[in-house]
Amino acid sequence: MEAAFLIEKILLVVVLFVITLTIAAYSTWAERKVAAWMQDRVGPNRAGIFGLLQPLADGGKMFFKEEIIPSGANKWLFIAGPSLALLTSFLGSAVIPFGQSIELFGKTVPLQVTDINVGILYIFGVVSLGVYGIMIGGWASNNKYSLMGAIRGASQNISYEIAMGLSIIALLLVTNTLSFKELAEQQHSWHWNIIYQPLGFLIFLVCAFAETNRVPFDLPECETELIGGYNTEYSAFKMGAYMFAEYINMFVSSAVMVTLYFGGYNYPFMDQVNALLGPTWGPLVGVSVMFLKIILFIFFFMWVRWTVPRFRYDQLMDLGWKVLIPLAIANIVITAIVITVVDKL
Amino acid sequence: MSLFYLVAFLSILFSLLVIFTKNPVYSVLYLIATFFTFTIHYILLNAQFLAIVNFIVYMGAIMVLFLFVLMLMNLNKDTEPMKSNLLKIAGVIAGGTLLVTLVSSIKALQTSAVATTTNSQIGLVGNLGKVLFREFLLPFEISSILLLSAMVGAVLLAKKDKRTQNG
Repeated sequence: MEAAFLIEKILLVVVLFVITLTIAAYSTWAERKVAAWMQDRVGPNRAGIFGLLQPLADGGKMFFKEEIIPSGANKWLFIAGPSLALLTSFLGSAVIPFGQSIELFGKTVPLQVTDINVGILYIFGVVSLGVYGIMIGGWASNNKYSLMGAIRGASQNISYEIAMGLSIIALLLVTNTLSFKELAEQQHSWHWNIIYQPLGFLIFLVCAFAETNRVPFDLPECETELIGGYNTEYSAFKMGAYMFAEYINMFVSSAVMVTLYFGGYNYPFMDQVNALLGPTWGPLVGVSVMFLKIILFIFFFMWVRWTVPRFRYDQLMDLGWKVLIPLAIANIVITAIVITVVDKL
Repeated sequence: MSLFYLVAFLSILFSLLVIFTKNPVYSVLYLIATFFTFTIHYILLNAQFLAIVNFIVYMGAIMVLFLFVLMLMNLNKDTEPMKSNLLKIAGVIAGGTLLVTLVSSIKALQTSAVATTTNSQIGLVGNLGKVLFREFLLPFEISSILLLSAMVGAVLLAKKDKRTQNG
């Protein structure tokens, strides 16, 4: 392993880390602005112009608040919960390609931290780990509301993982690859997977909402029933870690959905643009297209939050087991039949 | 090689901690750590598919269910039934007998002749799929039917019986 390779990867990781943190921080601002806009209010406008310094002010507040660990709580697991939630939320972005290989200072640099040949399964594994932060934190708080939130989180996560996996299987039948790099390259210019897998995308989208615990599936924290759910006992930066983890999860799942179904960094007429701008600036246009798509998805997450009311718990389970799983299985069967027929023709 | 010894040491350490901790939730958390070290072992053996499936199924699903059940029951030291000394001695004898049986059977099998695979790339997804669906198709399908029947059985057990249920 040469030093240049290591430096290149470390730089890429650091840049990705900073971008993820920035997007997560400004998602908190955007969420409040979007909410204000939808409810005909002004929203945060005191810190900086348009309230743009609000995330910094909030972060400062989180750092300087008093840390309270309840006396009945399990101290180590109480700290481990939010740490784990934050850690697992970052892991997913390692396999996502954010652009074509770019030429920098006479070197070709791939804009992906690592291209493992089981990339999609890796994302799936990271998603399934995400629930531990909620479960451990909720249990360690030694509070009935927290425990209820943790248990709801676990059962919801397991239920929707199945439908999510089944919707990915149908996609794999079309693409024949598990590597995100190949997946992105296959969707060159306008050949996006959403054209071949509209139903699969819809199932995946609903499951992504459930896995990130966003409204209408935010039952683990459901403040009208459970006060704050799994984070009832948390204060100061541990509370902030949980909130941040949710926004990072939203960013990563948006990036995954963009790469799986909406062509990643691809856009129509990209060959002409690349020929015009050369090997350095051409891919950068692709990167900005990718981030534009991700931001649109994050906006969609917020739009749904301020439009759709929360599900009841039995409705959530019914939707997962009785609607999404049969639909996903039907999707697999139909996709397989269509592929076989098309191949025979 | 040193990486292997480090990971092997960690697996053994965590599996011992699973047994020796008093709190059942800690036990499950150590078991998760043990499975994580197993995942690293699979990656070291170049079996990436097995590694990631172990990660998803054992760490991501089965252990979440374990934790879920433990949290629902909320086992504490006060509610845990105290075992009598007679039971403990019986457990030690049974465990020791199992150990002796295992050791003797391994000795009888003569594992000194290590099975070597000709293809070191067998653990990658594409190769593994081809092997499973060409050479081992029948065992693969039979095991899938086994899993299906187990699932149907579980659903049947969980289903409410309409005749015995009042109202």
